Amino acid sequence: MDVLELARWQFGITTVYHFILVPLTIGLSTLVAIMQTAWVRTGKQKYYRLTKFYGKLLLINFALGIATGIVQEFQFGMNWSEYSRFVGDVFGAPLAMEALMAFFLESTFLGLWIFGWDRLPKKVHLATIWSFAIGSLLSAYFIIAANSWMQHPVGAEYNAETGRAEMTDIWAVLTNNTTLAAFPHVIATAFLVAGTFVAGIAVYWMVRKSRESKTHEDLPMYRTAARFGAVVMLLAGIGVIVTGDIQAKLMFEQQPYKMAAAEGLCHTEEGAAFSLLTIGNLAGDDCGSVQHLIEVPGMLAFMATGDWDGTVLGLDDLQEMYAERYGATTPDGEEISYQPNLMITYWSFRLMIGLAAFSAALCVAIFWFTRKNKAIDQGWMSKLAIISLPMPFLAGSFGWIFTEMGRQPFVVAPNPTGSDQIFLMTMFGVSESTSVTEVVISLTTFTLVYAILGVFWFKLMHRYAIEGAPNPEPEEHSTDPDRPMSFAY
Amino acid sequence: MDLALVWFILIAVLWTGYLVLEGFDFGVGMLMEKVGKGDKGRRVALNTIGPVWDGNEVWLLTAGGAMFAAFPHWYATLFSGFYLPLLLILVALIVRAVAIEYRGKINDDAWRRRWDWMIMGSAWIPSILWGVAFANIVRGVPIDENMTYTGGFFNLLNPYALLGGATTLVLFLSHGAIFLALKTSGEVHDRAAAVAKTLAPIAVVVAGAFAVWTQLAYSVTWTWAAVAIAAVALLGSMFFGNQGSYGKAFATNAVAIAAAVVLIFGSLYPDVMPSTTDPAYSLTLENASSSDYTLTVMTWVAVIFVPIVLAYQAWSYWVFRRRLSLDHIPEHSSLTFIKKK
Ligand code: HDD
Ligand code: HEM
Ligand code: HEM
Repeated sequence: MDVLELARWQFGITTVYHFILVPLTIGLSTLVAIMQTAWVRTGKQKYYRLTKFYGKLLLINFALGIATGIVQEFQFGMNWSEYSRFVGDVFGAPLAMEALMAFFLESTFLGLWIFGWDRLPKKVHLATIWSFAIGSLLSAYFIIAANSWMQHPVGAEYNAETGRAEMTDIWAVLTNNTTLAAFPHVIATAFLVAGTFVAGIAVYWMVRKSRESKTHEDLPMYRTAARFGAVVMLLAGIGVIVTGDIQAKLMFEQQPYKMAAAEGLCHTEEGAAFSLLTIGNLAGDDCGSVQHLIEVPGMLAFMATGDWDGTVLGLDDLQEMYAERYGATTPDGEEISYQPNLMITYWSFRLMIGLAAFSAALCVAIFWFTRKNKAIDQGWMSKLAIISLPMPFLAGSFGWIFTEMGRQPFVVAPNPTGSDQIFLMTMFGVSESTSVTEVVISLTTFTLVYAILGVFWFKLMHRYAIEGAPNPEPEEHSTDPDRPMSFAY
Repeated sequence: MDLALVWFILIAVLWTGYLVLEGFDFGVGMLMEKVGKGDKGRRVALNTIGPVWDGNEVWLLTAGGAMFAAFPHWYATLFSGFYLPLLLILVALIVRAVAIEYRGKINDDAWRRRWDWMIMGSAWIPSILWGVAFANIVRGVPIDENMTYTGGFFNLLNPYALLGGATTLVLFLSHGAIFLALKTSGEVHDRAAAVAKTLAPIAVVVAGAFAVWTQLAYSVTWTWAAVAIAAVALLGSMFFGNQGSYGKAFATNAVAIAAAVVLIFGSLYPDVMPSTTDPAYSLTLENASSSDYTLTVMTWVAVIFVPIVLAYQAWSYWVFRRRLSLDHIPEHSSLTFIKKK
């Protein structure tokens, strides 16, 4: 393998790993903030218990989120230095803003929240978790803005003298229509992840407690949590679909390649269908052998254009168009294929959409079985809840894999209505000074370290989840310097 | 003033913030065992930085982000060039973050013990390597006409750079010891104070040697002022430490670290990364920086947000201002492992 391939593997592995943790932090921080708000306003112990319970899980998750985020900040320089040179003038800005406006907010206020239960007045303490939640949303905004610029460069000009893209309009970069679609989609994903998480664990507990006693005192608390999670899932699910649809339409305009690849659409078609099951040699990138077994007629055309009879360009026409516009060969004379990996784009797109079905099922079931103040005691519900837990995480990861792999062979995809000079092939983004040995070392190290830490993460999440909500006395606010800490590492 | 210069200075400020703040975090990590003696004592030490360590680390992320935004070539050449040392630093930071958060999550001595070793070990690596990296930047490294680093790994291990590593190491150790003396009371305080006392003269000698070498070999006349300030500050810190005024000792130590950053950045100017292959290939403020537009935007962002960040970080230090002692540490309340049947 060469540096390019290794560097891609490394980026993919580390970023996907980071994004397993991130949506839970984003979603759960807000949900915990809501639980704590309910406690502060009503004084009911059950809200306090839920805040503590889910708050602990949030913290376990957050630690690994930070740890994996640090790598991201430097990875563009390490493996992708030519990319960094080309985009730095534009791309660096949202990244620096993220650190300055979001990470400081998150980290400082989380410290205050963890250690401040008895040190701060109740309402000030509540404000710290909200600040943390806002920080995590801001951080997502800036990072998505940076990523969206790679998908759809705006607000920049090519400078022939410096050989790079240079920013001309920060406002255009921050309000890129790609960002405005991707941000709500990613945030909705985050809430779907967190809603499923909260509800899933609550259902598990409801079933377990109602086995002990039908009138167990904890049942109302878990019922509240399950219904709360279900409401979040419902709203987030709708949000995901609506924003996903907007994204699909934008993608069709901005990266028609990705859309065609997502369907394995080889030839331009009117009223193109969306297939649910396909056989043939997607892996060999051989368009000719693709056969759709089950199709929804017109669906792809509708997703892309909003019209059941719309025309969707096929890969063959696109290849020709792109070769003409962005070059047919590399400087070394090799022919450029503008076709992303079909197998991955095709299946990751379907898995992203399909895996959300578990959350949908869980959501409906919770509403049904908890109606009229009932608790859930069906054993199979507990199984459904546990199976559903990881699904939105997976769906989100596949969404990203689709987005990023579908952008290939570009790392900065050209904007069809923008400058024809602003784009970058992935193969030209990789560092020149980095050797295969170095990337092998770092790829192996990160993979191993992440795998080991992942085991501890899972162990702790599991251990705390199966312990259930604790039932401590709420801390009293005190300024007495001699009082023991309410929490200590 | 030229915006690239503004950003050169701002990046120096961000690095100063980072080295001063995470400097004592690392110091605390390295000294945890020595001043703690036993689980409870280690917890006293660790909890002095508990609420703030993550906020401190963000100074690094901001410095990195700012280099990317303001000097993309600097960011690209530096981090692709210093690949393996950076990798070591990153791994250390990863392990450290997780170790600090997870050590108390299970009430089990062996579990805590292992994470504590991680916290300690992972503090040594960056404490040494940041010094090695900065010294190499000042000294100059092989960079070709495409701004690409051509030196390899062993090129980074030279006597001057190793002295740089020793300098950040002793500075952070003594910074951490002073911080612990300031933030604790009782027996942990006494042990920290003793360590601080031993370290202060070593810091003066090692950092002094590094400063003078830097000044004579690589710098310009005006940075003698930084060398002088650093010297006075370190001596002052030693004096205040011996007097038992740890607040003042801490402040003067911070001044010494700031002066060291001034010396480093002053020696670099107008380069950001001098090339030893040919001075014409050096990365300079001029050829490595972003466009004026980007720098203007980022200046506005910094002017508005840096003070806000400073304000709430200062507030969090104020909230957690009390000194900790063994009596403040609660019993472990976390879960235990599930017993195997
Ligand atoms: C639980 C997760 C989840 C679910 C159920 C969906 N998505 Fe999604 N999708 C994501 C999670 C996600 C994501 C991880 O958040 C992505 C990756 C990049 C991004 O912006 O969001 C994404 C990207 C993404 C893209 C790529 C945008 C681009 O490359 O420019 C499209 C077109 C869609 N989604 C469309 C949909 C549609 C039409 C859905 C259902 C009806 C849908 N997504 C469900
Ligand atoms: C702002 C956010 C992001 C930026 C700036 C970004 C940038 C990049 C870059 C520079 C590459 C390397 C070039 C390439 O191989 O295409 C890449 C690849 C990749 N990224 Fe992203 N990425 C972001 C978010 C994510 C997220 C959140 C995920 C998934 C969870 C992700 C998944 C991937 C994958 C799987 C690859 C490898 C693709 C391949 O092998 O070609 N990215 N991304
Ligand atoms: C590839 C580009 C990315 C970079 C450079 C990056 C960088 C970082 C860094 C440095 C941290 C640690 C912050 C701390 O110490 O407090 C972090 C955490 C975080 N990142 Fe990322 N990240 C990337 C991708 C993403 C994406 C795509 C999202 C959101 C959609 C995201 C959202 C977050 C959030 C919310 C946190 C804080 C919560 C947590 O740590 O779990 N990041 N990131």
